Amino acid sequence: MTRLRAEGVRLGYGERVVVDDLDLDVLDGSVTVIIGPNGCGKSTLLRALGRLLRPKAGAVLLDGKRIDRLPTREVARVVGLLPQAPSAPEGLTVADLVSRGRHPHQSWYRQWSGGDEEAVRSALAMTGMDVHAGRVVDELSGGQRQRAWISMTLAQDTSMLLLDEPITYLDLAHQVDVLDLVRRLHTERGTTVVMVLHDLNLAARYADTLVAMRDGRVVARGAPGDVLTEQLLSDVFDLDAKVLPDPVSGTPLVVPVSAHLRPDPS
Amino acid sequence: MSAVRDSGPAPGRKVLRAGPAAWTFRPRVVAVPLVGAALLVVVAAVNIGKGSSYIEPLDVLRTLLGGGDRRETGIIFDLRLPRTLAGVLVGAAFGLAGAIFQTIARNPLASPDILGITWGAGVGAVGVIVVGGYRGQVSGAAAELGVPLAALVGGLVAGLLLYALSWRRGIDGYRMVLVGIGLSAIGYNIVYWLLTVGDVDDAARATTWIVGNLADVGWEAVGPVALALAVLVPVTLVGAHTLGGLQFGDDTARGLGIRVDAARGGLLLLAAALAAVATAAAGPITFVALATPQIALRLARTAQPPLAGSMVLGALLTVGADLTLRLTAPALPVGVLTAILGAPYLIYLFVRSRREVRA
Amino acid sequence: MEVTVASPAGTARDGIPGRTPRRRRSLTLGALVACLVLAAGLSIAFGARTLPPAAVLDALVSPDGSEADLIVRSLRAPRTLIGILAGLALGAGGALMQGHTRNPIADPGLLGVNQGAAFAIVLAIVVFGVRDLYGFVWFGFAGALLAAVVVFLLGSVGGRGSTPVTLALAGAAISALLYGLISAIVLGNREGMELFRFWHVGSIAGRDFAVAGQIAPFVVLGLVLALVNTPGLNTLSLGEDVATSLGQDLRRTRVLGVLAITLLVGAAVAACGPIAFLGLIVPHIARAVTGPDYRWLVPSAALLGAILLLCADVVGRLVSGDRLEVGIVLAVLGAPVFIHLVRRRGLVRL
Repeated sequence: MTRLRAEGVRLGYGERVVVDDLDLDVLDGSVTVIIGPNGCGKSTLLRALGRLLRPKAGAVLLDGKRIDRLPTREVARVVGLLPQAPSAPEGLTVADLVSRGRHPHQSWYRQWSGGDEEAVRSALAMTGMDVHAGRVVDELSGGQRQRAWISMTLAQDTSMLLLDEPITYLDLAHQVDVLDLVRRLHTERGTTVVMVLHDLNLAARYADTLVAMRDGRVVARGAPGDVLTEQLLSDVFDLDAKVLPDPVSGTPLVVPVSAHLRPDPS
Repeated sequence: MSAVRDSGPAPGRKVLRAGPAAWTFRPRVVAVPLVGAALLVVVAAVNIGKGSSYIEPLDVLRTLLGGGDRRETGIIFDLRLPRTLAGVLVGAAFGLAGAIFQTIARNPLASPDILGITWGAGVGAVGVIVVGGYRGQVSGAAAELGVPLAALVGGLVAGLLLYALSWRRGIDGYRMVLVGIGLSAIGYNIVYWLLTVGDVDDAARATTWIVGNLADVGWEAVGPVALALAVLVPVTLVGAHTLGGLQFGDDTARGLGIRVDAARGGLLLLAAALAAVATAAAGPITFVALATPQIALRLARTAQPPLAGSMVLGALLTVGADLTLRLTAPALPVGVLTAILGAPYLIYLFVRSRREVRA
Repeated sequence: MEVTVASPAGTARDGIPGRTPRRRRSLTLGALVACLVLAAGLSIAFGARTLPPAAVLDALVSPDGSEADLIVRSLRAPRTLIGILAGLALGAGGALMQGHTRNPIADPGLLGVNQGAAFAIVLAIVVFGVRDLYGFVWFGFAGALLAAVVVFLLGSVGGRGSTPVTLALAGAAISALLYGLISAIVLGNREGMELFRFWHVGSIAGRDFAVAGQIAPFVVLGLVLALVNTPGLNTLSLGEDVATSLGQDLRRTRVLGVLAITLLVGAAVAACGPIAFLGLIVPHIARAVTGPDYRWLVPSAALLGAILLLCADVVGRLVSGDRLEVGIVLAVLGAPVFIHLVRRRGLVRL
């Protein structure tokens, strides 16, 4: 089942076309991770799926309707999106930030309801940010800040979540922490997740479906074990690497072969 | 290593080599001031030639290069040259000052106007005009010297205040703009209050000064400006190589080995001095300092205002506005037209650049 | 902002700990309203002419045609009302402007409203021979409106909408253009110069109830639109991407905001001339009081604007016997405070 899909989209900025004639179905209730080298159009595609970027051709469909023609507030109750490195105004507390995630469920005559409160509470609890609720966002550490922002999208209470590089700038422990949270979200709430990730090993471990992109095209998609092969790494990333089974999860583990370790051909 | 040596310069840049020295440059960054300078020579020549007895532009150029006859030499050097030269120098100074301020503040609105330097000079100048008018006429020499001198002092005081009040363990661009806004609000309001104190003729004279006027500029005003610019421009240009690093923010700039606070503080004082000297000579010619860096930036397609381009375009806009005004409405001061000419062009440029991005 | 530790004060009504308590904010607003009433009282009680409090009270309650009546009822009362209207308008307009541009140095005059009004009034004086204040108000308002629309359209040409930088540049360019035209006209017209130079210094003196009546509907409408706009501003302050994904229609929010700013600032500038600095500093003070939530920030800024404007006006009357216009007093007193704030508190990123 797919509620969200891209059909023959062409995406770009100004004259520049980044993605052309791309199709993608997002499987409901699964975690999809998009991987690919820098500049391959991953983030651009994610922005289009979240209707932040209007396709120059083709369409992004939500429940069979063009997402850019649906009322934006209606979309916001179904699809949540966290961009790369969002910024909060100075002096905003975590609880206030998370409360703003309720915006699509509010109107001028109904500004704050019991449902809002419940959603904010559970979003804070789920990320463990409830103990930091009164702190100011700009004073948090990188990992806490990212969890605060994820809480905001959780409070939005959508069945789909698009995350653009949610673990950039975090140390490995916090990376795992955030991805565990995403996975838990998926199991507990059945949320459909689409993420852009750079770390291939984490991508393989946390994804149900991997989508590998290069130069604006989808090169491969499928289960991590099928997609992440030595051949694909060479084709997509120009990377010489060995793929081993991950001793913990059994998913593919990418071990790059560095230039200075390669046997000298001469 | 070999890969590094073999790779060409960054895309869009060319390298100029002379023995061991090498500079990288982008063609458009060089083309803008060159084309601007060529246009400036033409406009200046026509402007100098214009007057009660018309002189052909080519004859003007020949005379300037030392080949004119006695009569033309006399007219041009004694009477005509100061006005145009003042336009060139003052416009260049405003363009450069604006470019520096906008880069330090990382804000396209930062100009000597917004930062209060112009209005500091205004308080001095308008004070002398209005108070002088109040107490009978100030005598000739005092009036001639008094207004520019008061403006210079006012502008420099405002610049120093801006520096001193913005300094708090270094100069922060944002804080500088905010402090400048506070200063300019005081200056601006005092100036307009002074206008209501004096009689209407003084108010008109003061308004002429406020928009900027080249008509009454003689050698005695050009001299100091030329001298100040001769000192300040080279120092600024040398100091300005740090500007490229400053635009990335403090931490990156420090990482690039720039002494951020010293560089920014020094450049701020230099730019303030440039603006104060220029304002003292011809009044705060409206809009030149704000617009020309933005125009130059769009023409050269750089991320920050190019200094040489801003200078040349500042001079071109000022002299061009002066010439246009002399052809159409000679009674008005030049500052009226710098805005009327410069604003639509700036608007056209950014409308076009947005269209391109959009298309 | 001081470090806020998880506030134990969260009552049952405030539900989630850490959410800024509603009650404290309501108290703040209440205190501001009280201050405004006090300031209005001062503005009626004190002036260049010293009147005994009893005479002032008499004039208000039981007018008998005395000189005190005349001063209080036809000079001080309308002046106070105009001050309140203009202060509310400029305070709210300033907060909206800074929110929409996410630029803490944005001034409500940035949309070209001040020079637009000034230009229209110069035209009114020179071309149409208008001499009285009532006429000025209509022309000023029309000019402000027109300039703001042009600036907004120019700022949004070609793009998905106006961005802060293009809006600011378009505003500066149009303002400079109009300023050039104004100077050109005024310098060639003695009478225009005479009238214009007095209009150009912002003042709330010498206007009667009719002027207040002219602008009141626009100020009220502008305030309503401003309040409707505040939830949108809250999402916008998280960045355009987040705002969009929260279901905010950016274009509609921007248009609504610009409309509100134009109505508010246009009305104020038409009635009082440009009192620019107020709209710039008041949001900063309000932000220190209420925090970054625009639903509270905008009304607080409006109230603070009115309070400051009235107080500055009273100070001007007492110090100089009414020879200093309120715009000058505000700048000379307010700017040092503003600079001090900037130096001490550091900078607010919006």
